[in-house]
Amino acid sequence: MHGLNIDYMLGLVPVILGYVPLTIGMALAAMVGALLLACLMAVERVMRVPVLDQFVQLFISFFRGTPLLVQLFLFYYGLPQILPVLSGINGVTAAIIGLTLHFSAYMAESIRAAILGVDRSQWEAAQAVGMTQAQSMRRIVLPQAARVAAPTLVNYFIDMIKSTSLAFTLGVTEMMGATQKEAAGSFLYFEAFLVVAVLYWAIVETLAFLQRLLERHLNKAIAR
Amino acid sequence: MITIRGLTKRYGANTVLDGINLGIAAGERVAIIGPSGTGKSTLLRCLNYLDRPDSGVIGIGDLTVDAASASSAQILALRRRTAFVFQNYALFANKTARDNITEALITVQRKPRAEAEARADDILHEIGLSDKSASYPAALSGGQQQRVGIGRAMALDAALMLLDEPTSALDPEWVGEVLDLMRRVAERRQTMLIVTHEMQFAREIADRIVFMDGGRIVEEGTPAQIFDAPQDVRTANFLRRVR
Repeated sequence: MHGLNIDYMLGLVPVILGYVPLTIGMALAAMVGALLLACLMAVERVMRVPVLDQFVQLFISFFRGTPLLVQLFLFYYGLPQILPVLSGINGVTAAIIGLTLHFSAYMAESIRAAILGVDRSQWEAAQAVGMTQAQSMRRIVLPQAARVAAPTLVNYFIDMIKSTSLAFTLGVTEMMGATQKEAAGSFLYFEAFLVVAVLYWAIVETLAFLQRLLERHLNKAIAR
Repeated sequence: MITIRGLTKRYGANTVLDGINLGIAAGERVAIIGPSGTGKSTLLRCLNYLDRPDSGVIGIGDLTVDAASASSAQILALRRRTAFVFQNYALFANKTARDNITEALITVQRKPRAEAEARADDILHEIGLSDKSASYPAALSGGQQQRVGIGRAMALDAALMLLDEPTSALDPEWVGEVLDLMRRVAERRQTMLIVTHEMQFAREIADRIVFMDGGRIVEEGTPAQIFDAPQDVRTANFLRRVR
C-alpha cells in the first residue's frame, strides 16, 4: 500500500476535464432525443392508437428489458453486420442512439403516468372551450404533467450522464475512456478512477442544483 | 334558436336521459331543477358532448348534430358554439386568471393576442378581479375561481352558455358573489341553460323553469307557474322538500 499521489491526481483533473464537453454533449443530445421520443410514445400510450400502440409497447418492453450495455454492443458491433449502411457508424453516434432509445423507454412510462395524473376536469375544460385533442394535450395537460414528471426526468438525465461512461466500451474516448488510458500508463488506478468518480459526482451535484431551480420555476403555478 | 330532440343517454342498463325534448329561444334563460341523480348535469354534458349521448339530435343555429352520425368536426363545432361553467370551476391550473380567459380566444378563435388580452382585461374588470389577473387558480378563493370560470365562458360569446350547478361546490360565504355575477350575465340576455339548486335565484333570473325527474322533463313553465302552481305531484313534492 502506498500513499495517495496527490500531485498526480491534481495533474489529471484538467486532462479529464477536457473530455467533459464530450460527455455532457452526448448526454444532452441523447436527452433531447429521448425526451421527444418519450413524449410521443407517452401521448400515444394515453391515446392508444391501434397497431402503433402494440409497437410502442413492444419497443418499451425491449428497451427496458435488456441491459444498456447489450443494446450498445448490438448497435455498434451487431447491426452493421446485417445492415451494411451502418458500418460507418462511429462510437459517439452509436452511443447517443443507444442512450436515446434506452432512456426514452423509461421516460415514456414516467410521462404517461404524469399525463394520467392530470385531473380529468382539466381535459374536460379544454374540450369544453372547443380545443382539439392535440391542443388540449399540448397547451393544458402536458404542461401540468411536465411539472409532475420533471424530478423523475432530471433523475434519468443524471443516470444518462453516468451511462455515457459505457461509450468507452465502443472505443469512444470520453471521461471514462480518457481515465482508463491515463491509468494504464501510470498504473495509478486508484488515483485515476477516484478523480473521475469525483468529477462525475461534481457534474451530478451541479445538475441537482439546477433541478431545484427548475422545480421552483415549474411549481410557481401551485404556489400561494 | 336551440333545439334538443329525443336526447337519450344510458349507462349500462341505467337510462339517465330518456328522450329529452327542449327548445330554447335566443336570449332565453332556462333553469333546470329537480332531485339529485335525475340527469340534469348529464343533460348539460351531453349538449356539448362531454358525455356522448346515445341518440337524439341537438341543433344550435344552423348546426345540427345527430348522435347517430356525429363526427368529431361536428362535435368541435358544437363545443365552439357553447360555453360551459363547471361545478368545480375546472380552471386551467397551469394558466393565470387572465390566461384562462385568453386561452380559447387565441387557440380556438384565432384572435390576435392583443385583442384577446384586451377582452380578458375588460372581463376581469367586469367580474371584479382585475387585481388577480396574474394569479394562478391555486391562489384564488372558490368564489374567485368560479367568477373566472364564468368570465372564461363569457369571453367566448357563445350562442348558449351551459352552467352546471355553479354554486354547489362553493363555501356559503362565496355563493353570493357568484350569484350576483350570474345575475348580471342573465340581465344581458345571454342565452343560458343553468342547472341549479338555488330556487330563489332561478325564480329571479329564469324566463322558464324546467323540472326534471327520472331522466325526463316532467313539467316546464314560467317561474310563477312552476313555483306557485305546479301541475305535477312530483314537482310539488320536490318543491316542498327544498323549501
